[in-house]
Amino acid sequence: MKLYSLSGHPTLPCNVLKFKSTTIMLDCGLDMTSTLNFLPLPLVQSPRLSNLPGWALKDGNTFLDKELKECSGHVFVDSVPEFCLPETELIDLSTVDVILISNYHCMMALPYITEHTGFTGTVYATEPTVQIGRLLMEELVNFIERVPKAQSASLWKNKEVQRLLPAPLKDAVEVSTWRRCYTMQEVNSALSKIQLVGYSQKIELFGAVQVTPLSSGYALGSSNWIIQSHYEKVSYVSGSSLLTTHPQPMDQTSLKNSDVLILTGLTQIPTANPDGMVGEFCSNLALTVRNGGNVLIPCYPSGVIYDLLECLYQYIDSAGLSNVPFYFISPVANSSLEFAQIFAEWLCHNKQTKVYLPEPPFPHAELIQTNKLKHYPSIHGDFSNEFKQPCVVFTGHPSLRFGDVVHFMELWGKSSLNTVIFTEPDFSYLDALAPYQPLAMKCIYCPIDTRLNFIQVSKLLKEVQMRKLRPERRRDSHKVAQVPLHVVCPEQYTQPPPAQAHRMDLVIDCQPPAMSYRRAEVLALPFKRRYEKIEIMPELADSLVPLEIKPGISLATVSAVLHTKDNKHVLQSPPRPIQPPASKKRKRVSDDIPDCKLLKPLLSGSIPVDQFVQTLEKHGFSDVKVEDTAKGHIVLLQEAETLIQIEEDSTHIICDNDEMLRVRLRDLVLKFLQKF
Amino acid sequence: MDIECSRLLPSVCAVLVDPKQFVADDTCLEKLLDWFKTVTEAESSLLVLQENPCLTELLFHVVKLQDVNSNILSFTLRLAGIFAAHENSFQYLQQGEVLLSLFSEAGPLSRPAWEDPSVRSGWIQGVGSMVQHERAVQFLCDCGAIDVIFSLQGDPSLFVASTASQLLVHILGFTMHSRRAVPLTTQDCDWPVCARMIVGHIEESLRSGTVPQITQALNVLTTLFGRCHESWTEVLWMRMNPFVGSLLEKEPLLAAHSLVDLFLSMARSPVFSHLECDLWILSTRALNRLSPTQSGPLALGILNLKDCPQTLRTKAFNILLQPLACVLQAASQPTGSPGLLDESLNDSVITDILLSSKSSCAGLLCQTLAHLEELQPMSHLLIDWPHVPLLSAVMTILRFCSGLATPASSVGDRLCGILIGCFRVQRSALDFLGTLSQGPSPSELIRGVVEILLVYLKSPDSSPTVLKKAFQATLKWLLSLSKTSTSSDLCPQTQHFLRDLFPILQKRLCSPCWEVRDSALEFLTQLTKHWGGRAGFRQALLSSEVPELAEDLLRDPESYVRASAVTAMGQLSSRGLCSNPIGTGSKNDEKKSLFLELLEILSTDSEGFPRRAVIQVFTEWLREGHTDVSKDKEQFVTKVLQVVSCDLDWEVRVQGLELALVFLVQTLGQHETECPYAVEMSSVTQSTQLTESLQMLCHMKLFDFIFSALCDCDRPVARKSCDILLYLKAKLAHHGSLQGSGEACTESLGTQNTAWLETTLRKWKARDQGQPSEVADRGDCQEPDDVLEVLRSVDLEGLRGTLAKSSDHIEKSPQSLLQDMLATVGILEENEADCY
Repeated sequence: MKLYSLSGHPTLPCNVLKFKSTTIMLDCGLDMTSTLNFLPLPLVQSPRLSNLPGWALKDGNTFLDKELKECSGHVFVDSVPEFCLPETELIDLSTVDVILISNYHCMMALPYITEHTGFTGTVYATEPTVQIGRLLMEELVNFIERVPKAQSASLWKNKEVQRLLPAPLKDAVEVSTWRRCYTMQEVNSALSKIQLVGYSQKIELFGAVQVTPLSSGYALGSSNWIIQSHYEKVSYVSGSSLLTTHPQPMDQTSLKNSDVLILTGLTQIPTANPDGMVGEFCSNLALTVRNGGNVLIPCYPSGVIYDLLECLYQYIDSAGLSNVPFYFISPVANSSLEFAQIFAEWLCHNKQTKVYLPEPPFPHAELIQTNKLKHYPSIHGDFSNEFKQPCVVFTGHPSLRFGDVVHFMELWGKSSLNTVIFTEPDFSYLDALAPYQPLAMKCIYCPIDTRLNFIQVSKLLKEVQMRKLRPERRRDSHKVAQVPLHVVCPEQYTQPPPAQAHRMDLVIDCQPPAMSYRRAEVLALPFKRRYEKIEIMPELADSLVPLEIKPGISLATVSAVLHTKDNKHVLQSPPRPIQPPASKKRKRVSDDIPDCKLLKPLLSGSIPVDQFVQTLEKHGFSDVKVEDTAKGHIVLLQEAETLIQIEEDSTHIICDNDEMLRVRLRDLVLKFLQKF
Repeated sequence: MDIECSRLLPSVCAVLVDPKQFVADDTCLEKLLDWFKTVTEAESSLLVLQENPCLTELLFHVVKLQDVNSNILSFTLRLAGIFAAHENSFQYLQQGEVLLSLFSEAGPLSRPAWEDPSVRSGWIQGVGSMVQHERAVQFLCDCGAIDVIFSLQGDPSLFVASTASQLLVHILGFTMHSRRAVPLTTQDCDWPVCARMIVGHIEESLRSGTVPQITQALNVLTTLFGRCHESWTEVLWMRMNPFVGSLLEKEPLLAAHSLVDLFLSMARSPVFSHLECDLWILSTRALNRLSPTQSGPLALGILNLKDCPQTLRTKAFNILLQPLACVLQAASQPTGSPGLLDESLNDSVITDILLSSKSSCAGLLCQTLAHLEELQPMSHLLIDWPHVPLLSAVMTILRFCSGLATPASSVGDRLCGILIGCFRVQRSALDFLGTLSQGPSPSELIRGVVEILLVYLKSPDSSPTVLKKAFQATLKWLLSLSKTSTSSDLCPQTQHFLRDLFPILQKRLCSPCWEVRDSALEFLTQLTKHWGGRAGFRQALLSSEVPELAEDLLRDPESYVRASAVTAMGQLSSRGLCSNPIGTGSKNDEKKSLFLELLEILSTDSEGFPRRAVIQVFTEWLREGHTDVSKDKEQFVTKVLQVVSCDLDWEVRVQGLELALVFLVQTLGQHETECPYAVEMSSVTQSTQLTESLQMLCHMKLFDFIFSALCDCDRPVARKSCDILLYLKAKLAHHGSLQGSGEACTESLGTQNTAWLETTLRKWKARDQGQPSEVADRGDCQEPDDVLEVLRSVDLEGLRGTLAKSSDHIEKSPQSLLQDMLATVGILEENEADCY
């Protein structure tokens, strides 16, 4: 079992798991932090941005001044923003059989994989994931395509040139593989390869493994995946939440009895509690609007925004904000707000019950009805006519590099009355703000990340491990043994965040210690497959005569032909040999086996060392010594210079070319064992 | 017992023993027992029994009945006990062997009814009441009841078990008390039989090695030493000492909590509190042996004692300090900050507890902090109260809890990981931090305190309860800082603190969580109350948005927040820190005046809390002479009372009466007796003034309000009104205004009740309605004469007496109890008849 890590981003994972002859890609997240190195794409011509000075090398060389611009000490690429794709060289992606998607944030690289790598497999995802994922992709394509940029910078990517650049451009990884955004055509083609699945639905992959999505509680339709064969179970946990927000709660029980747990998508801000952050968000919003300022909230068009609108729905009256307009601007704003209301079966219990009243599950419907919340596809058109200040604007993109948010940053950035509140945790707010400096508007950072934190992870692991008692099949079915759970996670989760090196509580703490991976690494999982399920044909089973060797345990020898097809194994009765005419009639099928007589009898039982020594002494061996070893015992016959090694499943008699002695000793040993 | 009751009693007894009848309300039985107890204490119980043979019959009958209701059986056992408490009645009952059949092993013990805990409880209470004389004790020993009590100590019903323990204490105490003249040794033969049995049982239990039995024995001893302080208890202790001592040697230590209770109970007894007592040796051993969580309460108890050996006190104090010393050590405090304990600390037990799990760590730290907080007020009595190290320790804990600390040791790292975000510890630590504001703290530590408080106040992760504690601690520290500053205004450090504090307060007042808004308002109120006059505070407050935000919260959706906002605004306005004046008549103002806004809350708010807060603020304004109110007090009071009189909440009406009283006192002056040396004005001038005042009060319809309050169906309202009228009466009587002018008045002097008053009030109303409209508009509905007539006529003193009694005083007579019991049964019969 191997795991290929194609992404270095812990919350935007892209891993490939090779398990029992299948190749499964787990998520295909797109790392968009690369866009922070680019200048924002303004919707309206921005004199400030277009007049930024070109960047010159220390020696005054200005050959890059067309591609790189300087703003308040930071250098930005003046070009269409580009994204950092998952690794495509580590493994031949055309061999990937299936792609399992866990939530809509983790599928943004899908078109790159399905359209450009020779991928011929199937993608599995839940319906809300696909629908909202489509909205996110549509928004992204729209944001970038509606502001065509003539220039495309490429000089700076040259390795020799890159070395000369200031940080962070200098340290950006694999810039040569960065790609522009895909087109709507590619998006549609990629999405057409998706097959919809429901929670707990079992999907057979080539008869070898079964995959099942489980609710992960993080977003509408978000899932964790169980990948299991008859005897092995791998859980893939990605972006899960235990908080009571809008999605269906996380299914933890189904994760029990896993052998391997691949853990990704934990909270990116482990020190911030979402409840506290919502409090900060509301207070700062209220204080700004009270003083006549506007509030800008850069956000994705789906997800936390639903919860924020719900909070504000309850809060605006208490804070006296009833007359303040709330605007939600996105090319997919309308669809997103509508979609949320129709996916009732994917919502938490409270919201589901509302549907039967019937009421819309989310209160933003009421906000829209009462005109408190208005949504527009863009700042152009109706919005510009109806826009009133002070107001609260939700708009994308959280990177502040494209989308309507760029316009509002330019518009409101100069006044200290206004506030920008960062709620999405995906981008560093300081980096996001860098091309807007100097900035007078207030900046509040209250990242709301509802994904699991480390305390919740340790509880989850305990829970998953708690009932990991399974019959130890090899020896005694009454005995149970704890099988270790192997946790596999991105390396970021095994050490405290660099800024808080002392916070040892911010790592995954489990036994055995978690195995970590980093981008472009291949991990051989320590887990060995030991069993395979084989069916036995009824007539063959019928012919077996089990012999009870100790109470509750019976054995029988089987001679059969093993048929293997489509990863299914069947034992069939061996073909009857062509009967020599003279042969007698045989009574038993097993007698048909030609070389069965050559088989030595099978032995069972254990050798009680004390009694064995007594027997030896009775048979004239003096000076017998017993030594305990890690695996069993060694009986030393010093005079005869002979060693008898007795271990759990083997016994060796080591003597010097004295076959007679060996046979004598062997017979003594055999006296203690049962034969059949 | 009065005749009427004697007459009713046989029927009641018949009802009780009749299995077809059913006393639905078992509180009747309790009341009946209470009554019998009073009766037997007041008169001869034997006489009662003899004169009311139905009682003895009742006992006999219940004994014979096989299938008796367990409530009745329990009642009978207790009743028998009450009578048997008196020796002659005991003998009387013994003659018929009633007691034997009730309390011996042949009694209810062998019946299925014994399974019912109420029967066992009745039995044990009956025995308890009986033990008032030697004969009873003898009887109990003879009939095997003592063994039953022993077994009941382990009863599944906790009530029964605990009563059994207490009963043993009672019997032992009684037996020994009656033998106190005889000198006692530890020898068995010196002890009375019954005492010997009980003591033997205790010894056996202590030796048993099983936790429940040891606990029972220790509980008996604890109760005994707690209640009985006679010299024989010392002899008893001499017998028990070896057994208890050997318990302390056992591994593992059994019944540790009960041992702690025993030592503390003994330490508080004057018998053992002398310094030579071996109790102190055992206590020292216990402190060594008990786990840190168990030894904490013992240590605290020892430190609370008046007299005890100094070494033990030191030891106990060290025990309490140990967990915090561990914390300091784990934090590897930089050199220069002294440790809590002089000796080098090497207690791996405590470290193990702290690191074993979140709950045990939080448990130990919270307990320690709570104990130290309790001790702080006595810190001057403790020679080495380590104020500074304690402050550092609690700050370290708070830093650990918030994830701010960067401990250098591995223990510190792990402790930090356990404590981060632990609300329980945060709350306890903030409480203790607040307590530590009382004491001399070096300025660099104060800086640290301010920093940590700001962290908690600012942190979005602080839960509402933690935040409330943080506000409380901040308030305490701010006030203590201002105490130490010598100048009249705030010191620069405090000013600086306030500059950081107000933006936080602003944000908290906008919190979506109502608890947070509420605690922020409470904090603002308290701070304004103390510092409203200080220029530095005023400046910082007025340059922030806090007053406006607080005013907006008057319209908060949560009623508690509205109430707090009302109080806060009231306080701000009193101190002139409110943006808009409260001017009572400023209707034309652009912004509604605060007074009108509060008046609107008082008249329209659907919840009681904000309305109560408003009327309290108004009363306070009037009392302290708020400048805007003083301009036109009459109009202010009239408007407020007009609204209050219609309020449905009695607390609001009581507070409204308080406002009326304040106004009356301000108008008419204090009670005459209060200032005997005051310069008296001539009586003529005074009475002229008084008449004028009365005229004005009538004009304000003040008496309308007070008189209708006297007829109020809510007792507290009527009482308050009665008190006011009595004040007024005294005031007027002093000036002779009450003597009356006509004969008609003198007839009804002080005899009328509220019904008369209600009729009178109605008459006045009718009269007012008949008056020309301009007079009615004037509101001049009563004349001072009318008021004087009421004051003369109504029996205010009598009314006050009636109102002071509880509402069921009329229904409390035994006669009504008996009648009620019969009546309920009667009703039951009627219902049965209805069925056919």
